Amino acid sequence: MFANWPLLSLIIWLPIVAAVPTLLAGDKRPDSARWIALAATVLTFLLSLAILPNFDASSAAMQLQEKHLWISVLNVHYHLGVDGISVALVLLTTFTSVLVIVGAWGSIDEKVSQYMAAMLVLEGLMIGVFCAMDALVFYVFFEGMLIPMFILIGVWGGARRVYATLKFFIYTFFGSIFMLVGLIYLYFKAGSFDLATLAQVGLNAKEQMWLFFAFLIAFAVKVPMWPVHTWLPDAHVEAPTGGSVVLAAIMLKIGGYGFIRFSLPITPDASFEYAWVVIAMSLVAVVYVGYVALVQEDMKKLIAYSSIAHMGFVTLGIFISLALVRSQNNELAARLGMQGAMVQMISHGFISGAMFSCVGVLYDRLHTRMIRDYGGVVNVMPKFATMFVLFAMANCGLPGTSGFVGEFWVILAAFQTNPWIAALAAFTLIIGAAYTLWLVKRVIFGEVGNDKVAKLEDMNGRETFVLASFAAAVLLFGLWPKPLSDLMDAPIAHLVQQILVSKGA
Amino acid sequence: MTTISLTDLYTLIPESFLTLAICFILLFDQFLKPAQRNVTHYLSIATLAVTAWLVTRHYGDATAFGGMFVHDGIADALKLFVLLTTALVFVYARSYLADRGLYVGEYYVLCLFAVLGMMFLVSAGSLVIVYLGLELLALSSYALVALNRDSPLSSEGAMKYFVLGALASGMLLYGMSMVYGATGTLDLNKIHAASVAATQPTLLLFGVVFIVVGIAFKFGAAPFHMWLPDVYQGAPTAVTVFIGSAPKLAAFGMAYRLLESGLGGAGPHWQQMLAALAVASLAIGNIAAIMQSNLKRMLAYSTISHVGFLFLGLVNGAPSGYAAAMFYAISYALMAAVAFGMILLLSRAGFEAEEIEDFKGLNQRAPWYAFLMSLTMFSLAGVPPLFGFFGKLLVLKAAVDSGHVWLAIVGAVFAIVGIYYYLRVVKVMYFDDADDATPLAAPSDAPMRWVISVNALALLVLGLTWGPLYAWCARSFGIS
Repeated sequence: MFANWPLLSLIIWLPIVAAVPTLLAGDKRPDSARWIALAATVLTFLLSLAILPNFDASSAAMQLQEKHLWISVLNVHYHLGVDGISVALVLLTTFTSVLVIVGAWGSIDEKVSQYMAAMLVLEGLMIGVFCAMDALVFYVFFEGMLIPMFILIGVWGGARRVYATLKFFIYTFFGSIFMLVGLIYLYFKAGSFDLATLAQVGLNAKEQMWLFFAFLIAFAVKVPMWPVHTWLPDAHVEAPTGGSVVLAAIMLKIGGYGFIRFSLPITPDASFEYAWVVIAMSLVAVVYVGYVALVQEDMKKLIAYSSIAHMGFVTLGIFISLALVRSQNNELAARLGMQGAMVQMISHGFISGAMFSCVGVLYDRLHTRMIRDYGGVVNVMPKFATMFVLFAMANCGLPGTSGFVGEFWVILAAFQTNPWIAALAAFTLIIGAAYTLWLVKRVIFGEVGNDKVAKLEDMNGRETFVLASFAAAVLLFGLWPKPLSDLMDAPIAHLVQQILVSKGA
Repeated sequence: MTTISLTDLYTLIPESFLTLAICFILLFDQFLKPAQRNVTHYLSIATLAVTAWLVTRHYGDATAFGGMFVHDGIADALKLFVLLTTALVFVYARSYLADRGLYVGEYYVLCLFAVLGMMFLVSAGSLVIVYLGLELLALSSYALVALNRDSPLSSEGAMKYFVLGALASGMLLYGMSMVYGATGTLDLNKIHAASVAATQPTLLLFGVVFIVVGIAFKFGAAPFHMWLPDVYQGAPTAVTVFIGSAPKLAAFGMAYRLLESGLGGAGPHWQQMLAALAVASLAIGNIAAIMQSNLKRMLAYSTISHVGFLFLGLVNGAPSGYAAAMFYAISYALMAAVAFGMILLLSRAGFEAEEIEDFKGLNQRAPWYAFLMSLTMFSLAGVPPLFGFFGKLLVLKAAVDSGHVWLAIVGAVFAIVGIYYYLRVVKVMYFDDADDATPLAAPSDAPMRWVISVNALALLVLGLTWGPLYAWCARSFGIS
């Protein structure tokens, strides 16, 4: 079934189109807006699951392709397709979106229809990013995404929301516009925006260098990597819970995805030459930002910095693998590192989404994110405390949770390049455990902090559902990562082959 | 000398019709009571529609009057969009004019005369026609800016416009005289041949400098932009919406005729000048716009920056660059029409919604118009998937194609600066609370409500389906 359906177009456009009736429901009928949004996201999730039976995971080829001429004069095609990596990220997106809509059910009560509509548009655009096979189509989705996110943070955010959302928008736009110039240059060389064609176009060292840095700015801002990470803590702190979840769980992944779709295949030689830059930046992120997280007093800010540190593993894994395959021709280790980076992306999606949802649960009750305003939550909210501790453990990278798998693989791969890099990276496990467990200690354990905490009520069914869903995913991929790695193995092997070939011209 | 034949007149059917119709409206309006002004309004729109229809019929030959008048795809496309934009302007302007006692026949007649000037300008095959078309446009515009003669701001704007405009015309004319001296002809085709063949082009290049200055004045490119903010702010908004939209198309047409059809042989020289003007316009326009609190003034500075982008296309100096610049001009005209139209829509008798602060909390008061306005702002800022992005994409591509990668990077950097002030409008509408949260009464002017909605949504729709429009532009310049 579904074999002949344009599945990818459906999952992109269904949420976007559903935003129209959601908006029309208006603020006077918030419940209909919520139900329409929920129905749309659930349907999108089910349709995205229908990709799996129609998908051959053993092949690295782009599958379920749809190709229609968009702009004939420029030879631009509305070209969609997915490989294992995309499928994993699409599923992460559709899964998280359902939970975000459910999570917003009680916590958003102003301008509900606009909130739901913005979320739906955002979901469609994010899926589009992961499915696009044409660089211009990719760029349109990549940038278009900023508009709903800008509105989400700006309208439903906290006290400094305007500053945060402007910073978010301008930072991201700043990054991507140079990529646009780079893509135009590539078009000039290749006569097409088709990603497969761009990957084959011959480029000399200088051209590759410029293009590499253009891509690096775009994706480093998105990931975000140190030192262009400063927008993220602000955006996370001010965003509504749903916005934070989407931002951490999905949007950051687009940066990592960009590296493997653009930087590595299009500029392999420059990527190798400047891999040390990215590796150094990643290590700084992992170590220094980890320390920064340690001193935070705001829960959301702490998790935001922890996100930056964890995303450092992703970029580290990607570029370590590149170095491995290029300098030592160690394909097996490279595949392991790349796998680790990808698994880390998915796993961090679940964990960070869950952590932000947890903060959301607390924030909805006491309207504060400050750590000092809590304490001893376990005494009044045992169910919630269980969940929180589970996700905290996953965030530390405890074996048995998905957080362990990716980091472990990346460290294994790093060890084969340079034990010192591995040692530094492994060091983060300690810092990670330090800031996360300290957070748990101060918020969850101990005596009941104050009267307000004493009156807290445990999670309701809706909140339990959201957190339990995340928990199931975290445990599933922690105990049994094989389906995930099988899904992504073929495209990664292909990518590793691809970056072996120098394209100097 | 060639003699005028019947086919020459036949080629001019749209322009002839428009001329006669204007004369008729001018006379007819004298016999109408103020209460019957709607007749003039609808008659003017009908005139534009019929003229547009006549343009699409492609009467006559490729040239007329011995090459003085050129009738090609470029002219046709530009004319159609000038007519369309002007019709939009008329629809948006009516209730604003009526509220302020400016609902007079002169507004329509002057606008239509300006349209006639633009139609000649984009069809010019000779320096004389360029100048005549330009002056018809310019003189009508000066008078329009002064339409509200009791307003000192308006008179000041008109005075500035007139003095600087006259200076620009003088520059242009001076340059033309040098070109004539160097080539011995006023015919653009012959000038082209002479400019290609010129071995000692000193005099010709002097002429080129003055002509480029004249063009930059008319576009409002920095550093010849001084008049633009004052005129935009001073003129009644119903006039600003007109001079802010359609004449940009005509200015593109003029630049193309003079620089490519005429002085194509001096391309490498004027391309450098335009590159410098583009950088200056991008910098001054975008940076100065940040500081503005008056929306009309901000949009004026944003116009300057958009002119800078448009020049990136012209700098390319090849058909694909001109097609990109034309696409940009069309997209800009449509965006400017909505942006100024929205100011008209929100202002009412005795209240000008000119300040950015006036848009505070618009999302609470009129969510639909806030949505449309934010579409327009994102489009002006060049965020995909809106129309404005693809204009920027094409001109940046044109700059890269011609080897001016650095110029494309400058454009990109200033696009980032530009983001800020457009976003500020969205911020004011969505994130700030209105002082007075009562829902805004829907504007009583139903046609305006519909047309502006369609106009704004077109920015989204055209963003997704811009292929045919670009193909049309490309075809006009002989790219298939």
